[in-house]
Amino acid sequence: MSAPTPLLELRHLTTHYVSARGSRVVAAVEDVSLRLHAGETLGVVGESGSGKTTLALTILRLLPPAARIVRGEILFEGEDLMRKPDREMRRIRGKRIAMILQDPMASLNPLFTIGDQVAEPIRVHEGASRGSAWTRARDLLKAVKISAPETRVREYPHQMSGGMRQRIVGAIAISCEPRLLIADEPTTSLDVTIQAQYLRLLRDLQREHGLALIFITHNLGIVAKMCDHVAVMYAGRIVELGPTRRIFDAAAHPYTQALLESIPRLGDGQRRLAAIDGQPPDLAALPGGCPFHPRCTQVMDRCRADDPPAFDVADDHAARCWLAARDAR
Amino acid sequence: MKRYLLRRLSYSLLSLVLLSLTIFLFVRLTGDPSVLLVEPGASQADLDAIRQQFGLDRPLWVQYGSFMSSLVRGDFGQSFYYRTPVLELYLSRLPNSLLLAVAAMGFSLLIGIPSGILAAVRVNRWWDSAGKIFALLGLSMPSFWVGLIMILFFSVYLGWLPSSGSGTPLHVVMPAVALGWYFAAAHMRLTRSSMLEVLGSEYVKLARLKGLPEALVIGKHAFKNALIPVLTLAGINLVIMVNVAVVVETVFAWPGVGRLLYEGIAFRDFPVVQATVLLGGAMIVVVNLVVDVLYAVIDPRIRYQ
Repeated sequence: MSAPTPLLELRHLTTHYVSARGSRVVAAVEDVSLRLHAGETLGVVGESGSGKTTLALTILRLLPPAARIVRGEILFEGEDLMRKPDREMRRIRGKRIAMILQDPMASLNPLFTIGDQVAEPIRVHEGASRGSAWTRARDLLKAVKISAPETRVREYPHQMSGGMRQRIVGAIAISCEPRLLIADEPTTSLDVTIQAQYLRLLRDLQREHGLALIFITHNLGIVAKMCDHVAVMYAGRIVELGPTRRIFDAAAHPYTQALLESIPRLGDGQRRLAAIDGQPPDLAALPGGCPFHPRCTQVMDRCRADDPPAFDVADDHAARCWLAARDAR
Repeated sequence: MKRYLLRRLSYSLLSLVLLSLTIFLFVRLTGDPSVLLVEPGASQADLDAIRQQFGLDRPLWVQYGSFMSSLVRGDFGQSFYYRTPVLELYLSRLPNSLLLAVAAMGFSLLIGIPSGILAAVRVNRWWDSAGKIFALLGLSMPSFWVGLIMILFFSVYLGWLPSSGSGTPLHVVMPAVALGWYFAAAHMRLTRSSMLEVLGSEYVKLARLKGLPEALVIGKHAFKNALIPVLTLAGINLVIMVNVAVVVETVFAWPGVGRLLYEGIAFRDFPVVQATVLLGGAMIVVVNLVVDVLYAVIDPRIRYQ
């Protein structure tokens, strides 16, 4: 399969948080490599603290001051973002790569009108006049299915419902027609009916604008519906990466298998819900070898000694596990 | 809401009554005013006449009763020294106090807000540490000392600014700085913490994700939100400034209500001292009441407690 140049390619990306005195190093993202093509959707799943959000902020190079990108390359449309000065990174953020935050309810500034906040990136990135940026803002609100956008642009966030604010944040994200949209658990704070609406909206926007989508979530049901590929993260590493169908049908990593086991199913009333024993590891003090080995049901001697690299178990499907090494070709 | 208002109002009234009693008794501890009101070597008969004229010969509780009963009718009494109604005296001095307070507030905000923002933006860096030292000095150096040092430098050594009095814009500079110094430090600390909170907010994160230049992120999205608590505090502080300027007004001979109070104490002018303290107390009580009621309007949890 010789695909065209991917839209986004990460090579061995590693981000650490360093405490003030440098005594504690937290490996939030460790040796992450992946490829994403235009129009594709990649789901990133994992427990809280597995490094999903840090990975997203690393791609945008918008990390908190304590974080360092230790090594790796971020190739976006063929350019290495790691080599870009801050000024050029600002021209990429919001323009070519947009992101929707975990809590869209709090993402809008309470003191400025909706129109101002939606028009802002258009004015900054395209130098549009106030009038034309506001016209675009009204069109964008219509595109995210906000009724009466002519009056809504002059209103403030507190006058909107949660679902509306969410869609406004979506409108801001697509305002400059980005090539890549990163959505970080955008539906966690919504109730289920609005979740479904919002996911449909994201899908529609993606199709219309042909954008690539990175969907960060811990909800495997959403992944099954939304994503072409899945990356499973554990302790900052991508432990398994492959097409969604294959991951759900033939997961190679014991952690992925355990995650899938832990989804409750209808009609399973008699069976105990499977849980993964133990705690997620402390990222500042990882166990030697494979970081999952203390919780793994299929642990071998080798797992305690060496951290496995990624093995290809099939086309387009890789797992970071010594078990996969047997099947690797 | 009605019950809450009623309760708050009765607390306010009670504190004012307690204040009136306290100041009434304390001012009488300063001594007998009649000895200061007669010529040296006056006879006992003269002294008795003065005491009788001002009602100082009556028992304390009778004096307090008549003080309170005229107070209820809006009469603050006559000044022993100036022989004019105290309220008139107070109101003639109030504009000067307000001018000084506004100037001091302007100074404190001009210093406090930008340095607080800079400290928050450069948190834990050089400027932040310098700001912490400035805040410590501002909060701990007494205003009379700051005033005297300024007089020494700017009036005595350099001769740039008048050391006392009022009348020209130059006269207000040093008293305003001496009075505003403490508040500048207080406003800086609040601006810093408020700004730090806002900088961690989701909407500032989104502003950065939009690719806005840092000047717009700080100057537009963060600044306006961070300012709200600072301006609330500044409003309360303005009233407090009018009433704590006694020392500064005395150091610079500034003719405000603070100086009136000082003169009242020096001359044992009981009605003047009682009126200035009570009116100042009333101002602070009213502002606190207004703030409390506004918070209750905003926050239902306070309203229904």
